[in-house]
Amino acid sequence: MMPKNLHLKLAAFFALFLMPVVAQAQAPAAVPTLATDEPELVEFDTAKTRSIAVPALVAPSPADTPAGNSTALGRQIAEVISSDLRASGVFETQGPNGLRVITLPEVTAPQFDYWKARPVEQLVQGFVRVGGDGNLTVGCYLYDVGFGNETTRLGFNVPPREWRRAAHKCADAIYSKLTGELPFFDSRIAYIAETGPKGKRVKRLAIMDSDGANHRFITNGQSTALTPRFSPNYKSILYLSYVDGNPRIYVYDIDAGRQRLITQSRNPTFAPRWSPDGQTILYSMAVSGNTDIYKISASGNGTPIKLTSSPGIDVGGSFSPDGRQIVFESDRSGSQQIYVMNADGTNQRRISFGQGRYATPEWSPRADLIAYTRIAGDFRVGTMRPDGSGERLLTDSWQDEAPTWAPNGRVIQFFRTEKGSGKTSIWQVDLTGSNERKLPTPVDGSDPAWGPVLP
Amino acid sequence: MKSNTVKMAAILLASTALVAGCGKKKVDVLPPAADGTDYGTQPTDTTPTTGAIVPGSQEDFLQTVGQFGDRIFFDTDRFNVDTEDQATLQRQAQWLARYPNTRITVEGHADERGTRDYNLALGERRANSAKNYLISVGVDASRIQTVSYGKERPQALGSDEQSWAQNRRAVTVTVQ
Repeated sequence: MMPKNLHLKLAAFFALFLMPVVAQAQAPAAVPTLATDEPELVEFDTAKTRSIAVPALVAPSPADTPAGNSTALGRQIAEVISSDLRASGVFETQGPNGLRVITLPEVTAPQFDYWKARPVEQLVQGFVRVGGDGNLTVGCYLYDVGFGNETTRLGFNVPPREWRRAAHKCADAIYSKLTGELPFFDSRIAYIAETGPKGKRVKRLAIMDSDGANHRFITNGQSTALTPRFSPNYKSILYLSYVDGNPRIYVYDIDAGRQRLITQSRNPTFAPRWSPDGQTILYSMAVSGNTDIYKISASGNGTPIKLTSSPGIDVGGSFSPDGRQIVFESDRSGSQQIYVMNADGTNQRRISFGQGRYATPEWSPRADLIAYTRIAGDFRVGTMRPDGSGERLLTDSWQDEAPTWAPNGRVIQFFRTEKGSGKTSIWQVDLTGSNERKLPTPVDGSDPAWGPVLP
Repeated sequence: MKSNTVKMAAILLASTALVAGCGKKKVDVLPPAADGTDYGTQPTDTTPTTGAIVPGSQEDFLQTVGQFGDRIFFDTDRFNVDTEDQATLQRQAQWLARYPNTRITVEGHADERGTRDYNLALGERRANSAKNYLISVGVDASRIQTVSYGKERPQALGSDEQSWAQNRRAVTVTVQ
């Protein structure tokens, strides 16, 4: 289930997979720059969403696979591409439903006049072929309908069960090409699935793709699980469990289905985090009621290093992408505020000075921003620069908590608690505060943790 | 601002108290838990409820310390033990002195209006406040363990000041 052996390969000699009739594809030369936004600009031009048509991918020689017939897969892949792009909030999409079925020659020679008349600005076409080894070859082409030329093309070779990943990779390539932003669709999320009444919530560790697909429960709910974090290589998950009756951090090995304590201690450990390289684990531990932040090697050997020592609660933490700094939360000033320190614990300084309390800081994978929960009556998710400037709130609800960054640092997920019922749900919002939407989860969800883009 | 609001709410609570003689944080009416179980405590006592109360049991403890005598309450974001809490903990200590072989767990809790990680730390802090006071009045430290449930096990299920006041608590449970 987990992508331990990635068979997703860029098919460099893409034309080889096509029949001779389509081998005369245009050279992708002199393609005008399509990104209308400066890459460093935070705002997407949401007022001017671009329309993209995604007809079903063509299956030139339909064949059955363990994941279904390749003709059906062609339509499903187009559905995922269309859904990804639409959910990003940047695009309006058409298809595959409601669009005509295209022919194989059209894949490399689109009928631009037809698409211009719909009208659409961009066109995604492609094909699915079942190889002799049983794997799928998925071809994905992006055309600018107005200019009448090819913008990009990609090919992926995947086992049939990973067809969704080919679709996400295709959507990622299109998103990146058209926005100038880094990709993020082909990634996964660990979170806590919640069921039951408020006074007796059952909380299970669960994982899913970034669009909610391939959902899987990891724990059975007999003991409360909280605050998971995917390791950067997706092989393991850090999380808190009450399995022995006390709050303790475990690292769960997904393939082996086993877990171990990250450190042997009689004290409660919580708020686990990975370093960006996956070599170090950050955690919080309370000793005689006083909570400090520690780090320890992820190898399972080694001695914990205590990073904070102020009286009070120092908790959480998130590494900067270069691993040199840590943003964390402390109430040493009398209320929860955000601080930054060097990764060795030196040079601790407060960066949040606005109204209210500030909690759960998370450093953007792009390094430019820190997301947090601001508590001033209601809980809202916001961002600020690492020096504390440029504070802006992205959500406005009764209780929005615990932001986690998309791997491209342009979308944030968080969880929302409903007043009264205590029901929770996972939401995402982009950096402009627009395109807020609820993620589809089979049951209630909290504590989302977004992992990196899969290789 | 924030603390004023909380104080006012506390005053309101006290003035509308049903039971005379309650202090500012005393919570008077605890709603029944969803299925009759108190999720704030570990259901460790398996003694049949029909028979006589066994001396030294959790039931005996609860009967001796009185209603809500197994717990102390805290203000928002606070973890200090005030005079009223001290009286509660002293009653617990007296009972514990009679049963020197009984061990206890102090469970620390927070209300839902805090972030998850911070509330785990805050619950631990509150449990330790109660523990430290019990030690100061003669309970051997080796008899007391603590556990924080953060905001994971609310006692009162509303999203209002009165419910939150009931949930900011440290509960003493005997280990049987």
